[in-house]
Amino acid sequence: MIATSSDRVLRLTALVVPLLFGVVFYAYPVGAILVRGFESSTGERVGEVLSSASFRQVAWFSLWQALVSTALTMIVALPAAYVVARYQFWGRRALRAFVVVPFVLPTVVVAGAFEAVFARFGLDGGTIDLRHSVFAVLLAHVFFNYAVVVRVVGTFWEQLDYRPEQAARVLGATPLKAFRKVTLPRLRPALGSAAAIVFLFSFTSFGVILILGGPRIATVETEIWRYAVSRSEFDVAATLAVVQLIAVVALVMLTTRSGRTHSVDAVVMSSAVRRTDSPRQRLSLAGVIAMTVGLLGVPIFTLIERSLAVGDGYGLSNYQALTSRVSLLPTSPASALANSLLYATLAALIAATIGTLASLAASEGRGIGSILDIGLTLPLGTSAVTLGLGILIALDSPPLDFRSRWWIVPVVHSLIGIPFVLRSVLPALRGVGPNLRDVARTLGASPARVRREVDAPLAARAILVGTAFAFAVSLGEFGATSFVPRRPSTTTAPVAIFRLLGQPGDLLRGQAMALSVILMIVTALSALLIERSSGANGGLL
Amino acid sequence: MKHFSSRLWMVAIFILFVSACGNGSEDPVTITLVTHDSFTLSKATLSAFTDETGIVVEQLQSGDAGQLVSEAILTSGNPVGDVLFGIDNSFLQRGLDANLFLAYESPLLDQVPDEFELDAQHRVTPIDYGDVCANYWTAAFEDSAVPSSLDDLIDPAFRDSFVTENPETSSPGLAFLLATIARYGEDGWEQYWSALRDNGLSVTSGWEDAYYGEFIAGGGDRSIVMSYASSPAVGVLYSDPPVDTPPTGVLFDSCFRQIEFAGILAGTSEVDAAQQLIDFMLGTTFQEDLPLNMFVYPVNQNAVLPEVFLEHAQLSDNPLLLDWETIGKNRDTWTDRWVELVLR
Repeated sequence: MIATSSDRVLRLTALVVPLLFGVVFYAYPVGAILVRGFESSTGERVGEVLSSASFRQVAWFSLWQALVSTALTMIVALPAAYVVARYQFWGRRALRAFVVVPFVLPTVVVAGAFEAVFARFGLDGGTIDLRHSVFAVLLAHVFFNYAVVVRVVGTFWEQLDYRPEQAARVLGATPLKAFRKVTLPRLRPALGSAAAIVFLFSFTSFGVILILGGPRIATVETEIWRYAVSRSEFDVAATLAVVQLIAVVALVMLTTRSGRTHSVDAVVMSSAVRRTDSPRQRLSLAGVIAMTVGLLGVPIFTLIERSLAVGDGYGLSNYQALTSRVSLLPTSPASALANSLLYATLAALIAATIGTLASLAASEGRGIGSILDIGLTLPLGTSAVTLGLGILIALDSPPLDFRSRWWIVPVVHSLIGIPFVLRSVLPALRGVGPNLRDVARTLGASPARVRREVDAPLAARAILVGTAFAFAVSLGEFGATSFVPRRPSTTTAPVAIFRLLGQPGDLLRGQAMALSVILMIVTALSALLIERSSGANGGLL
Repeated sequence: MKHFSSRLWMVAIFILFVSACGNGSEDPVTITLVTHDSFTLSKATLSAFTDETGIVVEQLQSGDAGQLVSEAILTSGNPVGDVLFGIDNSFLQRGLDANLFLAYESPLLDQVPDEFELDAQHRVTPIDYGDVCANYWTAAFEDSAVPSSLDDLIDPAFRDSFVTENPETSSPGLAFLLATIARYGEDGWEQYWSALRDNGLSVTSGWEDAYYGEFIAGGGDRSIVMSYASSPAVGVLYSDPPVDTPPTGVLFDSCFRQIEFAGILAGTSEVDAAQQLIDFMLGTTFQEDLPLNMFVYPVNQNAVLPEVFLEHAQLSDNPLLLDWETIGKNRDTWTDRWVELVLR
């Protein structure tokens, strides 16, 4: 009886806590800013903007660049997902940690690195000019989102029963056919999750569009910013925000539905990871690793090189300088880094809690559960402007006078981290098909015990994957942070990097690069640590 | 993994605990100064104010000047702070139209030249100023003449040399657009920009991408960039290894004057303390701290400039100016037109 009542409590908690969190920190603020935008409207101007040819162009471009970015990322990253899921090789963990690194890099730094790479390979003029082009944008989106596919799909794949493929092969299917007919359908929940995240990220991408895309390219996201910040036309900005939300809701509903209908008995509780045993496998493994390291490594290497450049030679002085405050920053870069680490830890904890609870609710119910599923994914597809300004005007008086509390920053970060937890955990929970649960129940396990001994171990790994992302997202978050009123002493590392790059001087630039490199290292180490703890916890995994 | 759910509980309780933590009690008068992210001071400066008056100053920062003004407009009536610093002449009209500020005429304004007091009703108080000017990479012009006028930028001799920023997304970019309107007038500026475009103009979204992406300083190939009059001095201050000649020179003919203001936010309950803070911001302690923290010039004529400014920073003798009300009225029309002319 005790087990049953605690189960009921957990169920209720899984619904109420995420719901409350989502309403207070997302739905209410976003609703408030949209209402305020429309209140100030005469309607005329909004109609004028919406009916203009340039708006249609912007909307269409936002959509197709996000779709193409998503397709490209899936295609390019899927081999790597396979490799880390199925092969045991030296440096596997390091590779999984390494791919997360781009997540924390401020776009202004990455854009600089990409431009340097273009220049080095002669891609910045003449016949091929990638500067300020759509291609640069797509490339950067693949760079930033590679990890999403590798980790979300890879982790799921690893837990996928490999015997059906073997059976198909024995029955005469070619490897390609076995993959298409047997593996791919069962990967669908994870593929859908990863694709949704990549799409939302690319759809709301801001710095990449502005810097790498150049001034001629605009998306709904950059237009929201321009109308709200540069022109104070809040009605137009609110209209664009609604357009953005509609697109995002439609997409999320589409992918969550496919995630639900395609739940399969996918998961085995024994490892299918093996060593490479043929030269051909070894070759393809080497190829995939080389491609990953090449794609992600070249810009990263450029950054590291810049951080070490001192005058005409190399040295560590940029790093040594990080502990003292330069006048244009309110704190030293080192304490900005400490702030970021604290925020990222809090944001990851909140995201893990809310995300896991919401996944539990969403994996069971339709009703409120599926509202949570969709609703808590939306922040990832919501403009930083909408979110930031919404919190500013909605959480402004008791009992919700939160807008200038220090912890509102990690809470906002966690909103963007929750979708990662949700999208990693849900496929895992849904992958536990009804069969496995029925077996457990038939054998006499209480619902709580099923949850504890069947669901929990399977979800644990996915929770950690999502949490690692939430941590990294928080470390690198700039947009929404910049809208929240902050005390100078709580400056975060990305804000500090942006400031350091706001004035001339090699010294400032060197420090910005050094700080970026440290952010990368911290991210890789944390990802590695989280990875290790997952090995220690889930004995079966 | 046995205590899976209890662990979740602990985290949930932790979050509830964090959200329940409120402020402690506050005894001395505390006021909040709201600024953009570029605002910094030496540690001792604001404590000097507290020592003088007993008033504690909290600071809140968010984003750039545009974000700051938009946020102030959206929160008008229930502002996040008591005093706002960082609205400049290109945004001034928007702030005043939204009735953001309470009028206050500081007695210290007699130490400030009249040219900076734009608002006759004293709803805002000038605090600092600076020039936004094109910079050229000195080493690129060792064998040829440096650019010396706005007209040089459309001269074929400087073809493919100039990079500026989009006025819709960048404050120096906007300043340059305003500079050309001030120089060539409402009838002539479009023609000038067409000529600029024909002469191989490059445009980026922000200052970072212009200076570090396309200008020689960051490894690019453009020799002239839209930046600030203070950029040479900052370049010396933060050079690595140390140098004593600045890497860039200033094209003084291109300079547009930017003035930054502070104002008391309507809705504050600490009007008296806020007025004292405005006075303090005009005093020499605060004013002399501005140059090396924000690379701007103090408006108080009694404030002494730091040595690196005296040596390497220079302002334009005849900066280009536009009336702030004209800017406010036409800004969006101008930038719309600019987009059509330059980007389409």
